[in-house]
Amino acid sequence: MSFNSVWFILIAVLWIGYFILEGFDFGVGILLKVVAKNQAERRAVLTTLGPLWDGNEVWLLVAGGATFAAFPEWYATLFSGFYLPLFLILVSLIVRGVAFEYRSKYGKAQWRNRWDNAIVVASFIPALLWGVAFANIVRGVPLEKSATGAIEYAGGFFNLLNPYALIGGLTTLSLFVTHGAFFLALKTEGDIRVRANAIGIKMGLVTAVLAVVFLGWTLAALTSKASVVTGSLIVVVSWLAALAANYKGREGWAFLFSAITTAFVVITLFFGLYPNVMPNITAGGPGLDIFNASSTQYTLKVMTVVAAVMTPLVLIYQGWTYWVFRKRINPNQIAKPESGVLDSLSA
Amino acid sequence: MNALDLARWQFAITTVYHFIFVPITIGSGFLVAGLQTAWYRTAKEKYFRATKFFGKLFLINFAIGVVTGIVQEFQFGMNWSSYSRFVGDIFGAPLAMEGLLAFFLESTFLGLWIFGWDRLSKKAHLATIWLAAIGTLLSAYFILAANAFMQHPVGYVFNPDTGRAELKSIVAVLTQTTAVSAFFHTIPSAFLTAGALFAGVAGWMVLKGRDPEVARPVMKTGLIVMIVAFLFVGLTGDWSARVMTKQQPMKMAAAEALYDTKANAPFSLFTIGTLDGSKSVFQIGLPSVLSFMSTGDVNGTVEGVNDLQKTYAEKYGEGNYTPNIPLAYWSFRLMIGFGGIAALFALLTLWYMRKGGLPRGKFFLRTMIALPFLPILGNSFGWIFTESARQPWVVFGLFKTADGVSPGVSAGSVLFTMITFTLLYGVLAVIEFGLMVRTIKVGTDMTPVQSGESKTLTMAY
Ligand code: HDD
Ligand code: HEM
Ligand code: HEM
Repeated sequence: MSFNSVWFILIAVLWIGYFILEGFDFGVGILLKVVAKNQAERRAVLTTLGPLWDGNEVWLLVAGGATFAAFPEWYATLFSGFYLPLFLILVSLIVRGVAFEYRSKYGKAQWRNRWDNAIVVASFIPALLWGVAFANIVRGVPLEKSATGAIEYAGGFFNLLNPYALIGGLTTLSLFVTHGAFFLALKTEGDIRVRANAIGIKMGLVTAVLAVVFLGWTLAALTSKASVVTGSLIVVVSWLAALAANYKGREGWAFLFSAITTAFVVITLFFGLYPNVMPNITAGGPGLDIFNASSTQYTLKVMTVVAAVMTPLVLIYQGWTYWVFRKRINPNQIAKPESGVLDSLSA
Repeated sequence: MNALDLARWQFAITTVYHFIFVPITIGSGFLVAGLQTAWYRTAKEKYFRATKFFGKLFLINFAIGVVTGIVQEFQFGMNWSSYSRFVGDIFGAPLAMEGLLAFFLESTFLGLWIFGWDRLSKKAHLATIWLAAIGTLLSAYFILAANAFMQHPVGYVFNPDTGRAELKSIVAVLTQTTAVSAFFHTIPSAFLTAGALFAGVAGWMVLKGRDPEVARPVMKTGLIVMIVAFLFVGLTGDWSARVMTKQQPMKMAAAEALYDTKANAPFSLFTIGTLDGSKSVFQIGLPSVLSFMSTGDVNGTVEGVNDLQKTYAEKYGEGNYTPNIPLAYWSFRLMIGFGGIAALFALLTLWYMRKGGLPRGKFFLRTMIALPFLPILGNSFGWIFTESARQPWVVFGLFKTADGVSPGVSAGSVLFTMITFTLLYGVLAVIEFGLMVRTIKVGTDMTPVQSGESKTLTMAY
């Protein structure tokens, strides 16, 4: 296999990691006000993410950095082309991160409520927009060769809001919400767990419908490669398994299968793309693929060595974190849920 | 303003902002780890209180460092796509390595540290903060190596077929002197900054009579860290200056507003008047110091702006190769000045403390609270100097800033994102500052260390 293909796979792996991990973060954030009715519950919900969210987000940073290193043309065209959606995602990620750290510092209802709203909105936006972005990449976008020979995006913002991409966005949104509900059902005790389970059932069905429409559309209109068909089937089967497990209250299995589903959504889309990384929507027009978008063989080789050494290590210590924080969290473990550490001035 | 100017402003604003928090994170990560180690070794409660208290300040700051870093990672693609295409083969590698080696380490182990107080053994918990701190160093190294390539490109070859620079030796990129000297200049300035933060906070505690058991050792540690750090900053700054003079002589000439090539060149401390090459109205200069600083020899010859402009025009073609001279001149002095004043103040305070006493006097202690702002300003001016005096190049001698901007992104889009980021960052600055002040006012937590099983979580969001 060429290094170009290896890096195509590795980029896919990074996005899989990102969507599985930050996917449930987003879901939990969106559900914050729905599953948690009082301060103890809200804080229990946020505490399930506390030690994990930043590490999860680094998957995105590495996906970005690795794309820069391995496929600079892709990095340049994609992020300058999808300018406003990416900007909205960045603003959301900023607000969300700060909101997690700061919302419980004070007990004041208004302070907390504002940050909670920020968490909900700032989780919603990226969950939707990542799907829109990926669907557009698979669908193909208007690209043209510039005077310097670079292949640049030529579509503007509203071009990205086509029906196919919007369905893609709704699919990731509802997938992440469900995935987050499964995570909460797995990680909490008491009412939150019950509510999360119920939401999992409802949102799981919505997701099933959306995913079938989205993948069906992909197969009917864009590509009917055998690999895409297989991938889509695996998505459907593992999603059904997740729903069944959730229905039976087998939370660990439900979460595992929704993670597998998320992985296969990404895999299917990348199968659909290969060997392109940013196809032109007009057939025959200039497009980016794993060869004309890539770095030199030397750079790819260097990066392969680094990735081969570091990725297993990262997986080990991140896995260990999940193990350390494996216990369920109960709202009654939150001492003084109504007050923040900064409320009272000592002496 | 066109898209280029706006993109430059956006980069400058977001990066300088990111770098307000970065040095505090790097320096105080290690200082908090040190406090916790003291607690681990001696089991004295005062160190536990200090760890928790400064840990809180560290985390409030860290949060902003993280979220502003995310913007940095994608900004190259958004606003500087031509630059990204040109250098991606080289520049992307250290960036990706930073993520894989450093950000994962930092974020994961800091998560373990924050939430792991009651989940890990004392020893394992202590190890997590050290690993997170080491992560910040790795992160700094890789990003500075990437930046060093922009100051002094090495280990690459220009490929005329693809029109881009291609990597030939990753080792050369990661180990060149420019990267090493920048690292050893930036890290001590981070310690200078964090030392000032600790000392300033301790000054406030003394002023208000808070927790003297903590205030005194922390103040002393902060001040000593500052002085030692400043010595290193000066030494490696001198080293950086020599490296820079060899690699980017125009930058040194700009830093000195030295228009004509001179031997025994003086280092001017202060100038009133114009810096445009005509006579200054008033100037204080230290004879031969500039020559020594840039060449290591008091009689050394330092090239002036006019000669360099001529040389560059011959070498690279017609054009303006002179950076903004007043900006370079003053930012260089303000970098040294702000850091130097902070270090002097630290020395003075330690002198007061020499017989086991504490600095007294409302005025003195109030001034001390302002201490952290000095090195923060020094850092910002250091970067403003380094980056702006490299202009018009974004990669020195190889690629101009003006060629780097994204061709497909309109000025309106850049303006919109710039305004939004600036407003958002402004609001975050106010919130973060408010939280820091409030945390300091609330002070150390005097409840004794819990032992044994507890039904509640020690740490929850
Ligand atoms: C000398 C050090 C230094 C410099 C020059 C920069 N940074 Fe930085 N950065 C850090 C030192 C650092 C750090 C100490 O590692 C931070 C600061 C606060 C933090 O959480 O980690 C960080 C955070 C941070 C993060 C978030 C990591 C996380 O989620 O944990 C990203 C993505 C970046 N940075 C990216 C950049 C880029 C692309 C830069 C160049 C333009 C840059 N930084 C300049
Ligand atoms: C390794 C990290 C860094 C990289 C890769 C980098 C890269 C760049 C790039 C691409 C530009 C655009 C050209 C321009 O605007 O003129 C720039 C400019 C600039 N950077 Fe950096 N930079 C880095 C670190 C920093 C840091 C940490 C700071 C300050 C805190 C900084 C301050 C600036 C400033 C002030 C400018 C504007 C200069 C001008 O426009 O005249 N840079 N840098
Ligand atoms: C004491 C005398 C000092 C000297 C001689 C000195 C020298 C230098 C030089 C020559 C550079 C530019 C390097 C380049 O462009 O390649 C630089 C950059 C910088 N300086 Fe200083 N400096 C001094 C003090 C300080 C202080 C006190 C601080 C912080 C408070 C500081 C922070 C920085 C930073 C953050 C940079 C940008 C990073 C880098 O390029 O290394 N410097 N300094």
